[in-house]
Amino acid sequence: MTTLEGGHTASCAEPGDVETGNVVPLLHQIRHAVRQLLEANEVTVIDLRSIPMGPGEEDRLAAALGQGEVQVRMSALGPSEIIETQYPGVWLVTHHNSDGETIGKFIEVCGFPALVMAQDEDIRAGLEQLEQELD
Amino acid sequence: MSNDLTIAEALRKRGVSRRGFLKFCAATASMMALPPGMAPVIAEALEKARRPSVIWMSFQECTGCTESLTRSHAPTVEGLIFDTISLDYHHTLQAASGTAAEAAREVAMEENYGNYILVVDGSIPMGNPGYSTIAGISNRDMLMETAAGAAAIVAVGSCAAFGGIPHANPNPTGAVSVSDLIKDKPIINVPGCPPIPVVITGVLTHFLTFGTIPELDHLGRPSTYYGKSIHDRCYRRPFYDKGLFAETFDDEGAKKGWCLYKLGCKGPTTYNACATAKWNEGTSFPIESGHPCLGCSEPDFWDAGGFYQAISTPTGDIGRTAVYAVGAGAAAGLALGALNRAKRDKLAREHEKVTIDDLEKRD
Amino acid sequence: MSENDFLLLVRGPLLTGATIIFMLGIVVRLLEILVLGRKRNLAEPRGSAVKGGLRTIVMRSIAERETLQRTAFTEVTGWIFHIGFLVTLFFYTPHILLISKVAGISWPALPTTVIDALSIVTIITLLAVLIHRIGNRVMRFLSRFQDYLVWTVTFLPVLTGYLAFHRVGLSPTMLIAIHILSVEMLMVVFPFTKLMHAFTLFMSRYYNGAIAGYRGVNS
Repeated sequence: MTTLEGGHTASCAEPGDVETGNVVPLLHQIRHAVRQLLEANEVTVIDLRSIPMGPGEEDRLAAALGQGEVQVRMSALGPSEIIETQYPGVWLVTHHNSDGETIGKFIEVCGFPALVMAQDEDIRAGLEQLEQELD
Repeated sequence: MSNDLTIAEALRKRGVSRRGFLKFCAATASMMALPPGMAPVIAEALEKARRPSVIWMSFQECTGCTESLTRSHAPTVEGLIFDTISLDYHHTLQAASGTAAEAAREVAMEENYGNYILVVDGSIPMGNPGYSTIAGISNRDMLMETAAGAAAIVAVGSCAAFGGIPHANPNPTGAVSVSDLIKDKPIINVPGCPPIPVVITGVLTHFLTFGTIPELDHLGRPSTYYGKSIHDRCYRRPFYDKGLFAETFDDEGAKKGWCLYKLGCKGPTTYNACATAKWNEGTSFPIESGHPCLGCSEPDFWDAGGFYQAISTPTGDIGRTAVYAVGAGAAAGLALGALNRAKRDKLAREHEKVTIDDLEKRD
Repeated sequence: MSENDFLLLVRGPLLTGATIIFMLGIVVRLLEILVLGRKRNLAEPRGSAVKGGLRTIVMRSIAERETLQRTAFTEVTGWIFHIGFLVTLFFYTPHILLISKVAGISWPALPTTVIDALSIVTIITLLAVLIHRIGNRVMRFLSRFQDYLVWTVTFLPVLTGYLAFHRVGLSPTMLIAIHILSVEMLMVVFPFTKLMHAFTLFMSRYYNGAIAGYRGVNS
């Protein structure tokens, strides 16, 4: 059992589960990133797909991060979920393609993932369309 | 078949929003094993890159590589193949056939001479070029003709990269790899039997995005994906280090997920991305499913001494050799021993006793 | 020749050749000694030759006190590297696998971390042994080419094995191939050099013990 700051315990490994031991170091990395965000307004993105995890470890990581107040569902080139974890500023971003397969999994430490904000180009295109509707 | 749209424009034309485009770039960076900070760089590159023409040739192959590629579900890869890259010729996937298909290939080659990417899967039989032909043209001729105007060649799969299964003992068709025949064009080897889908598309994407060939290792494989051995990234490594091995496929050790070294795992000598990128986009890979690595991205893995023989074991029948050697040694030893005894007895017989008189005489 | 081809070469024909020379050579040399036989002792036996012989095989593993004091370094380092070498050889899983494939027998292995530590100790001890041989005037005077050859073929398998396990320097394929090649060198050199002591030590200790035991004294 690993006791994290705040008293929340990470879920236990079942006997027979293989541990690469990557979950706790990742959490340390996130802690460092959150500090950087507070002190230097620095954004950090961690690609979860680049870290080898044993079966079940990704779930244990997700359980350790928990869920916060915000859940965003995006449909662009397939569905994506952007979830705030129980630690504000730490977002879990999962991208799927139109067939539902996972094409990207990231942890973003920022105020709000830039991807979700409306992009200038799209706003402009939308304005054009709206003007056409009204004219 | 004209390609004057940039890749970003092509995506926008398909109705992809900028948000979707950014998502595409983020997933692409992940797929190419680049740090997430590279996503904006990719976005910028795709804004400028033109859609290259890709000609895909399948020679002496099992079509597994094409199957693997069409299973690749990284950023809308079907979109990648059919929209972003203009796949001008792929005789398995395209609708056209016969003379119409060949004509299409020739047009693509002419229009993009010097700039198209040639993707090859399958080995080329040289024993008799007639062993494998398309539309009556031998693989060898088709390769040489098409390679002449290519910017780069991607040899997909162990067959195209190293000769693969046709090349295995006794190689009845005289199969050779692409790099055995083409010496004057840059060749990227993407071996594996089949290669991991995202590796195939990652290489193509690299070329699309940056217009350059990725860094290659001494066997011509992109170091991004083939730079580390399976052993170095295997999640069962702690068991290897502790000496906990599965002895059979269903014993206690196997059920507990122990190291598969004893069952013949070639992980230590195999370079590929299976342990990190995995298969079926991250579901699992052979070792995780309980089967030892075959070493399928290495040259001549079919002849490497047996899939179920550990790397530390001899390939020949050493046990029998040792027994024969002992037998021969026994015979030789007894013979030599007998000779030695005979010599000793002879010397004993011929030994002349020295008496005090002999000594006095010598004074 | 590619790396994989080289590995297959050392695992295949080279190993076969080395095994033949090794096995044949050892058997020939042992038989030559045994067939020559010993002179019959016509005196009345005062004790048991066999008991004396067997006792000496064991007891002679530790030198007598005065020798120990004079050559403590040789004695201690000898013990350490012999044990290290033999334990690494016989209790490391890939080695046991090899033996089990060839001879059909196997036994439990020691944890790889233990073997790892032991092999480093063995390497350091072997280096100390060489330095002593070169540095000590008497040792240097007594040493011939064969002494250095024998040291080299003993040292290289342990070193290359350690490097192969830790994957230092070259590709894993090359490291394993070089390790197997170094063992083949050891095998080929073995029957022609003093490395035969691995087998003959039992014979000479027994013989000495038997002579003394026959006479009813301790050897």
